[in-house]
Parts: sequence; structure tokens; C-alpha cells
Amino acid sequence: MDLQSQESILRLSETHGPGNLLVLIGAPDPEAAEISAETVVLGDPAYAGALAGAQLGLDVYHVLEDAVRQDVPDDVWEAQIGVMADILEADALGAAVAGMREQKPT
Amino acid sequence: MVIALGERDGISGPAIAACVEAAGGKVVFVATECFV
Repeated sequence: MDLQSQESILRLSETHGPGNLLVLIGAPDPEAAEISAETVVLGDPAYAGALAGAQLGLDVYHVLEDAVRQDVPDDVWEAQIGVMADILEADALGAAVAGMREQKPT
Repeated sequence: MVIALGERDGISGPAIAACVEAAGGKVVFVATECFV
């Protein structure tokens, strides 16, 4: 995750509290989705950014997961996500993010 | 409050944000990254 995003997420977490934030990821492949999810749950695995060592434990989902999809009106979903929902492997993406979500520190 | 962390080759940040807002959520940060 780029350094500027990490700084912004850390600041938002400090301002609003990590329990009030939900991260939605739009990564195209499971590896990238997992790294983004890991960064906001357990900290930056590359130890390069502001989230290095920061176990924020943010709630995180891939935008293609059913839990997200079901809350978005069909016309908006079709206009914004459209064919990408068919091209990308939603199940694998969801599983990658869920795996990190379950490692949320208690 | 939602952080929309999109990606250039996947779903963009603004597309995620539009979905969140249509669902009644509040977006506090939007980014579209380029994973390398």
C-alpha cells in the first residue's frame, strides 16, 4: 500500500477510532488484496510505511464480497462495478481478505 | 465510516465510494492504488 495512503489511514484511525472504520478493497488479484488487508489489520508487512507495526485491526472487506454487494442498489452496482464483477475472481478475492479479517487482534 | 481503497487494475476508489454512498454509507478516504 502506498505510503500516503498508510499515513492517511493511520490519521483517520487516530481521529475516529479504529472500531468506527471499515476498509473496502478493490484489488484485482488475491495476493494484492491480502497484502492490503494485512496492512490495515496487522500492519505494513513491508515495514515501509506509517502502518509498520501498527496493528489497527480495522474491519476489512473486498468490495466484491456478498456482504458488500447486497447493500448496493443494482443500478449503481452495474454502473460502477459492472463487468469487473464477472472478470475478477470474487470468491478468491473474498477468501483472501477474509483470511486476514480473521486474524484481527482481539 | 468507510475507507475506499481501490486499485487501478481492479475496482477504482471512486467506484467503491459511489457504491458506499448509494448504500447510505459515509466515505472518509478514497484512493486508487497501483500495485507493483
